[in-house]
Amino acid sequence: MISNNRLTELEYQANFADIHPPFETRDAAAVEANRCLFCYDAPCIKSCPTSINIPKFIKQITTDNIKGSAHTIFVSNIMGAGCSKVCPVEKLCEGSCVYNLMHEEPINIAKLQRYSTEAAMANNWQLFSRKESNGKKVAIIGAGPAGLSCAHVLSREGTDVTIYEKEALGGGLMTYGIAAYKVTPEFCKAEVDYITSIGGIDIKYNQALGKDVSLKQLTEQYDAVYIAIGVGEARQLDIPGEDLAGVEDAISYIYHLRTSDYKEMPVGDRVAVIGLGMTAIDAATQAKRLGAKDVTIVYRRTYDEKPCTDVELDIAKLDGCQVEWLAAPKEIIGENGKVKQLVCSRMKLGEPDASGRKSPVDTGETFTLDVDMVIKAAGQMPFSELVNTEGLKNNYGKISVENKTVTNINKVFAGGDCVNGGKEVVDAVQAGKDGAAEILKFLGV
Amino acid sequence: MADLFTDFLGIKSPNPFWLASAPPTDKKINVLRAFEAGWGGVVWKTLGSQVKNVSSRYSAVDYHGSRVMGFNNIELISDRPLDINLKEIEECVKLFPDRAMVVSLMADNNRKAWHELIKKVEDRGAHGFELNFGCPHGMTERGLGAAVGQDPEITGMIVEWVMEAATIPVITKLTPNVHSVVPAGRAAVKAGTNALSLINTIQSVTGIDLDTLVPNPYVDGKSVFGGYCGPAVKPIALKMLTTIAQDPVTSRVPISGIGGVTTWKDAAEFMLLGSTSVQVCTAAMKHGFRIIEDLCEGLSNWMDEKGYRKTTDFIGKSVEKITHWEDLDINYHHVANINQDKCIHCGLCYIACEDTSHQSINLQYGKPYNTYTIKEEECVGCNLCKLICPVDNCITMVEQRVAPEYINWKEWQKQGLPLNDH
Ligand SMILES: Cc1cc2nc3c(=O)[nH]c(=O)nc-3n(C[C@H](O)[C@H](O)[C@H](O)COP(=O)(O)OP(=O)(O)OC[C@H]3O[C@@H](n4cnc5c(N)ncnc54)[C@H](O)[C@@H]3O)c2cc1C
Ligand SMILES: Cc1cc2nc3c(=O)[nH]c(=O)nc-3n(C[C@H](O)[C@H](O)[C@H](O)COP(=O)(O)O)c2cc1C
Repeated sequence: MISNNRLTELEYQANFADIHPPFETRDAAAVEANRCLFCYDAPCIKSCPTSINIPKFIKQITTDNIKGSAHTIFVSNIMGAGCSKVCPVEKLCEGSCVYNLMHEEPINIAKLQRYSTEAAMANNWQLFSRKESNGKKVAIIGAGPAGLSCAHVLSREGTDVTIYEKEALGGGLMTYGIAAYKVTPEFCKAEVDYITSIGGIDIKYNQALGKDVSLKQLTEQYDAVYIAIGVGEARQLDIPGEDLAGVEDAISYIYHLRTSDYKEMPVGDRVAVIGLGMTAIDAATQAKRLGAKDVTIVYRRTYDEKPCTDVELDIAKLDGCQVEWLAAPKEIIGENGKVKQLVCSRMKLGEPDASGRKSPVDTGETFTLDVDMVIKAAGQMPFSELVNTEGLKNNYGKISVENKTVTNINKVFAGGDCVNGGKEVVDAVQAGKDGAAEILKFLGV
Repeated sequence: MADLFTDFLGIKSPNPFWLASAPPTDKKINVLRAFEAGWGGVVWKTLGSQVKNVSSRYSAVDYHGSRVMGFNNIELISDRPLDINLKEIEECVKLFPDRAMVVSLMADNNRKAWHELIKKVEDRGAHGFELNFGCPHGMTERGLGAAVGQDPEITGMIVEWVMEAATIPVITKLTPNVHSVVPAGRAAVKAGTNALSLINTIQSVTGIDLDTLVPNPYVDGKSVFGGYCGPAVKPIALKMLTTIAQDPVTSRVPISGIGGVTTWKDAAEFMLLGSTSVQVCTAAMKHGFRIIEDLCEGLSNWMDEKGYRKTTDFIGKSVEKITHWEDLDINYHHVANINQDKCIHCGLCYIACEDTSHQSINLQYGKPYNTYTIKEEECVGCNLCKLICPVDNCITMVEQRVAPEYINWKEWQKQGLPLNDH
């Protein structure tokens, strides 16, 4: 049965509390910061898509120069606060910390980054000032990580920025997609406010490209346009029964979760989640935390090929989610229009596919899971129709660019998930920086 | 099992570890706790004329998250009435007759005062005296402490007065607030002191509060120079100790080594450079008396491994190994070697060598891990990389003599050999 209001208010609070709590005291942060070896040409920097000077910002914590520490972070990554909460650090900075090679716990870089950036936000330290106006105006479409990052660099350089955002709030998937136990709506809003507090960034909400504005209009009104619309649409499974009540796509499901009260979120008793990416983990974990009795993640391949990290998988497992390996959804069976069962094909591993991972091959055997809800997290699709209508050259909807960010249309640049097809926040932030650099070059300022 | 028993001029203690004259030894309650914990002896907090202390009194230097690398105080000699001290000393000696009880003294600057003080203390069962000529603050302004110890003539004069009256062994404690401790040490030996101890604290300013701009320790908006001790001063103490152990006059008497002793290894080093007993203050003030357990166990285990049965088997063994620069062998050469299996690619060796030494480390770019190798032909064998490397035994120095024979600087010059290596 699918129902809401399964838990008490306290249970909801506990289930959606911050999964990585911050350092409680200056001493606690200092102990960890002092462990840092202050590597030269540090592997952690090279493993951060935005190349934050990590040893430097950590050293600055040890010298009580927290303002300097926050500046070191933000100068490379204006979403450094959010990234400290959402980055899959185990495969980025922390994953390459030299302590791993000593078989020691890596430095808790994310937590230290959170320490400095949180202080900066709490005290509203203004760490950047705008250069004198250069008279140029740039439009950005999408107030997600890529758009905000691009906007901040442009504003710092004296360019006026207007962001067109289709939602009522900024932050992009940070606000609408990422798991609720990583970031709260309040934090996301505060982060957007902190970023825009530099001035010169005007966000026009509820303005969608393709609906309220067109690329043609924008290129006429502005000196340049940066597209950062992300990827939006959930990939369909294309199996019978996908239209039954109780079949949800993870992106919209999480969107609802992030925009409603937990107690209003309906969830099934027995939930199947399709896929094993970050989104699948988030969907499974959050379904469990909303009060689902059983959650089973259905994945086509094995542990070795899984796209999520070990850390992510552990979160789901510790929450009690099961994983059905080598299983692909074949059909959803309903009763009175509602989900009743999920029929899966049993797979085996075959030859490596384009991604280099062994591909799943149908064995012909099937098995059935009794479920009342199916959440699809089999990947996201770019906004193909929109980019085609606007005349943007693309590859199955992913906007094609040169020099990381230059599109086929004069004055128009793009970056983030809408170009890379969906990576992490930190990649989108770097894309925004690259976009801004190229735009500034184009504007000749 | 090694025997830690120590006989210092007939002052016997079950181990060479004494608590230095300071707050840990300033009253019966502390001293009994120390003896119960296992300390070999104490040097009772300095007695003299009645003084008054201020508040606050201590400050410290922290380093890289470690508290109290260096410790600083502006306390005076004992501020408790002499009678109470004497009564308690007597009680402690009775309760623990097998432990060393040395009493530190600092009388006013005249023969009568010294004679009177010695008389009063001698009856109480103490085994020896230590003359405090070292306190760098508070007492110097009264012409006492370091003011005495800095002037060899006055040092000698007072030691003479003391030796006239004392019937138990006398140790003269030297101040490090001098260019060399040897002149005062010689004066004390010539005047008849039975032993020397060193070092007392080093004058210092440990830091400034960057909000109030007042240095610490803080006393109502002001501060004064204090006396610095603890781990930070150990290398200075060892150097001064060596000069005393090598000097033909001062080396005639036993030495009690002091200054930054924190672990059994520190103690072994002081003893290798000539200390018969070692004294500890800061380490006890930081951790309490329980550290005596590892001091004894560690030293004893090391002695067993080295085959030393008693402490006199190794006391002073390193003294002759410190020589003059011009006697070092110029043909000795070693170069660094990085064990690639142990290397964690932190790059610390590289940047230190590249920016500040001899550009002898090669960086081969990798993402995320660079590979670092030694350019042997550039390496002068300075040790910097090895000192900085965070992994034990990852960087080692490999001997590569320039030539088999010994040649020192004097010979080198005499033979007119080339000077420029570069
Ligand atoms: C469920 C889920 C969980 C994730 N978890 C993590 C995580 O834990 N850690 C992590 O680092 N990354 C995570 N990601 C990925 C991350 O959120 C994205 O990579 C990142 O947000 C991309 O930033 P962006 O600015 O390119 O796009 P988005 O964040 O998608 O922002 C695009 C913005 O453009 C707006 N927009 C879209 N279309 C239009 C239009 N037509 N007109 C105007 N505005 C428009 C959108 O409303 C949005 O505000 C997750 C993604 C998902 C889906
Ligand atoms: C708080 C304090 C008070 C001290 N008082 C005396 C003293 O009264 N007489 C004395 O000879 N030395 C005194 N000292 C110096 C110690 O005896 C010792 O020489 C010095 O601290 C170095 O040893 P350490 O590094 O183990 O602390 C004092 C040291 C401290 C820290």
